[in-house]
Amino acid sequence: MPEGTGIGASVRRREDGRFLTGSGTYTDDINRPGQTHAIMVRSPHAHAKIKKIDRAKTLKMPGVLAVYTGEDMKVGGLPCGWLVKNQDGSPMVEPPHPALAQDFVRHVGDIVAVVIAETKQQARDGADALGVDYGVLPAVVDTRAAVKPGAPQVWEQAKGNICYDWGLGDKAAVDAAFAKAHKVAKIDLVNNRLIPNAMEPRAAIGDFDRATGEHTLYTTSQNPHVIRLLMGAFVLSIPEAKLRVVAPDVGGGFGSKIYHYAEEAIVTWAAAQLKKPVKWTAERSESFMSDAHGRDHATHAELALDKDGKFLALKVETLANMGAYLSTFSTCVPTYLYATLLAGVYTTPAIFANVKAVFTNTVPVDAYRGAGRPEATFLLERVVDVAAREMKMDPAEIRRKNFIQPSQFPYQTPVALQYDTGNYGATLDMAMKMADYKGFAARKDASAKKGKLRGIGMACYIEACGIAPSAVVGSLGARAGLYECANVRVHPTGSVSVFTGSHAHGQGHETTFAQVVADKLGIPIEQVDIVHGDTGKIPFGMGTYGSRSIAVGGAALVKALDKIVAKGKKIAAHLMEASEKDVEFKDGKFTVAGTDKSKAFGEVALTAYVPHNYPITELEPGLEEQAFYDPLNFTYPSGCYIAEVEVDKETGSIEIARFVASDDFGKIINPMIVEGQVHGGVAQGLGQALLENCVYDKDGQLLTGSYNDYCMPRADDLPSFEVQHTDKPTPCTHNPLGVKGCGEAGAIGAPAAFMNAVCNALGVAHLDMPATSEKVWRAANAHMARAAE
Amino acid sequence: MPTTVSMTVNGKKVSGSVEPRTLLVQFIRETLGLTGTHVGCDTSQCGTCVVHVDGKSVKSCTMLAVQAEGSDVLTIEGLAKDGKLHPMQEAFREHHGLQCGFCTPGMVMSAVDLVKNNKNPSEHEIRDWLEGNLCRCTGYHNIVKAIAAGAKAMA
Repeated sequence: MPEGTGIGASVRRREDGRFLTGSGTYTDDINRPGQTHAIMVRSPHAHAKIKKIDRAKTLKMPGVLAVYTGEDMKVGGLPCGWLVKNQDGSPMVEPPHPALAQDFVRHVGDIVAVVIAETKQQARDGADALGVDYGVLPAVVDTRAAVKPGAPQVWEQAKGNICYDWGLGDKAAVDAAFAKAHKVAKIDLVNNRLIPNAMEPRAAIGDFDRATGEHTLYTTSQNPHVIRLLMGAFVLSIPEAKLRVVAPDVGGGFGSKIYHYAEEAIVTWAAAQLKKPVKWTAERSESFMSDAHGRDHATHAELALDKDGKFLALKVETLANMGAYLSTFSTCVPTYLYATLLAGVYTTPAIFANVKAVFTNTVPVDAYRGAGRPEATFLLERVVDVAAREMKMDPAEIRRKNFIQPSQFPYQTPVALQYDTGNYGATLDMAMKMADYKGFAARKDASAKKGKLRGIGMACYIEACGIAPSAVVGSLGARAGLYECANVRVHPTGSVSVFTGSHAHGQGHETTFAQVVADKLGIPIEQVDIVHGDTGKIPFGMGTYGSRSIAVGGAALVKALDKIVAKGKKIAAHLMEASEKDVEFKDGKFTVAGTDKSKAFGEVALTAYVPHNYPITELEPGLEEQAFYDPLNFTYPSGCYIAEVEVDKETGSIEIARFVASDDFGKIINPMIVEGQVHGGVAQGLGQALLENCVYDKDGQLLTGSYNDYCMPRADDLPSFEVQHTDKPTPCTHNPLGVKGCGEAGAIGAPAAFMNAVCNALGVAHLDMPATSEKVWRAANAHMARAAE
Repeated sequence: MPTTVSMTVNGKKVSGSVEPRTLLVQFIRETLGLTGTHVGCDTSQCGTCVVHVDGKSVKSCTMLAVQAEGSDVLTIEGLAKDGKLHPMQEAFREHHGLQCGFCTPGMVMSAVDLVKNNKNPSEHEIRDWLEGNLCRCTGYHNIVKAIAAGAKAMA
């Protein structure tokens, strides 16, 4: 193997050259000949009946080619990909989700019409002139308010705004455990609604080839095949063979670019109507009101403990906001990606969770970096801290006492998952050492001398990644399989193209996947090309989300590479006149055991394509293999994060004095990239805890609809992070690379670690996120705040 | 009414017909086809559109194309010379200062201007300077490291 490019090396990224020189190709950088421009006309009301749309004036304006409304675009609705059932076994309420509103609008930003013109400015002018007459209806926006009697109804068929009332776990066992509990720690919390804000706004270009009848959609997607399937089969009725979806360079996703969005269907459909390419690029203010939002839970939880601080049982009641429509994977997020993680890293023997999903007149909510697991971890790690406070135990001690021990794996939790491996004590020890946990008391004293409050907090997280075993998710209501594919094409001179269903939008697959190939085939990394993001090129794959690329896509790649080596051995055996079973492959060479005979990988590749001397009756020419990998279980990354904060009582401002992360991701392909993923995840987690909050007013107007109002973490809000991989990793036991995935960990573990530190500094049981200066000041000066009121 | 603007971009004289309301970033992206300069917001907050105008970093979405008449504009495409990355670009690569790449051109252009003004910026000064550049991928950690290293390499 060429030194320094294989598995485990911090290879510098191969994609960086184009991004650093402005040569990347994002969707908005693409322009098609004869292209027209679309502007979406969006509802300014949270809930209204569309009484009349007058398009006459717009149609007369310069350059305007068409105005389409829901009356014109009578196609299928945007589908929901996961059926969740109520506790009584009946199916969830699944209302229609039209691409263009039909008679009613149900959130600010709902699309009422599309104006298409020769230039974007003309389309915008035409959209401004469109006359839409609305009959405004009462709206409901708040999660808890939605289920109160008399709340405005988002959908007639969803009584009390309930989409589903779902449960998981053994309620009787939980009740029995609570009856004999020594103490019960309780918490009420809100997991604040977030707006994902990938830096590249969404964009889509529809194109239609009159000669072939082929539709092409260029789109900002994390999973082009999923879009092709959903849009082709459910919305526009276009057979796969006539629909190509291209997701070129994509500027960040974080979940928000998984889903099939209305604009994709609208531009694809309109291009076929007009026989011209139609391009749409979101302005940021449109992104705020149309990209699926994240989180938004209201939860009550209780943890029962015995007198030694052992957890006896956990019960959780959660209201999860779905928004006005069911986005692609929305329904599984607060259920199968949330309640299944409520055991965390602990041996809690009995757990019951009840989740009610509710409709509101807000933007649909779906998976956002972590998706359900940050909500589970925040709840669990907060209630554990509340328990420690009530039991007067150190937060580290109560956690350690309840850890699942390394000897207990495989470990079956009471909430469906079976963890294959882990060592939670090791990451806790490492994080405490990195954070100088022992020295905290002295630092707290030093802060106190300056009149400041110092706090330390930890979170021990676990996540289920590498979604997912298709059979398991299928039995739970998923309407798709969740395998991944890889095609390895060895070219005649020995260079290799890999076609993967995984999609990179910042993760660096062009580097890490190439490292796997260079390592397994023993060829220079320069000879490996990773191709992704185009359904016209790659086999059917499910894309990138849920930290699944290396765990599922990487495993498919290894399977395909194994097939290449197996065929290569047959060819080499023929060339070297040896038995196939005596042929070995190592460092890019086929050799015959016990002899000095050898053939380089390139020679074998050439022979496959120039088969003059070839076992032609037994073997086909060519060297190209494909594999699909469907995992046997989820992977379970885990770790411990510790935050230390200093609070200024006078202003309520928080300085993050230190943030350390100790993770167990199993085997690592590229440590530099993994650390970068943790940095980014932690920043998003700290953003949720410190700054970010999506706010609607009571009428459903989005108050945080721009970067002036929605507080994104900036460089001067954050510290540098100390990130280390555990010194005792536990590789995944059931995938061929031993990898677990690392993309979401930071966003999962950081909010609880940070809020535990803030609560510790303030000496309070709980404070809801985000910990804004005002909220912190009120908590730090409770007597003054009360007096002021 | 369309009007003609002329300026120098990346050392080349260019001109084009624009509407008076055309932003400099639209002229760069749409008229000149230089798509390395990005648009990430509509409130002049994100900094993905930063270019240099007459040697100073500017958010090209906050300036009309006609305001740049006669100016000397440098975009990310003009930073590398003779096929060799600028030391700041090289530092971003070496220190993994980018992931999805969308904020990167603005970050690099902004960083180069910082170092012009402050040859040896501290971590605090770098973070302070980046107030107008948003990144959602890196948590800024490696961007800050890259800029410190880039500043040393530019010295």
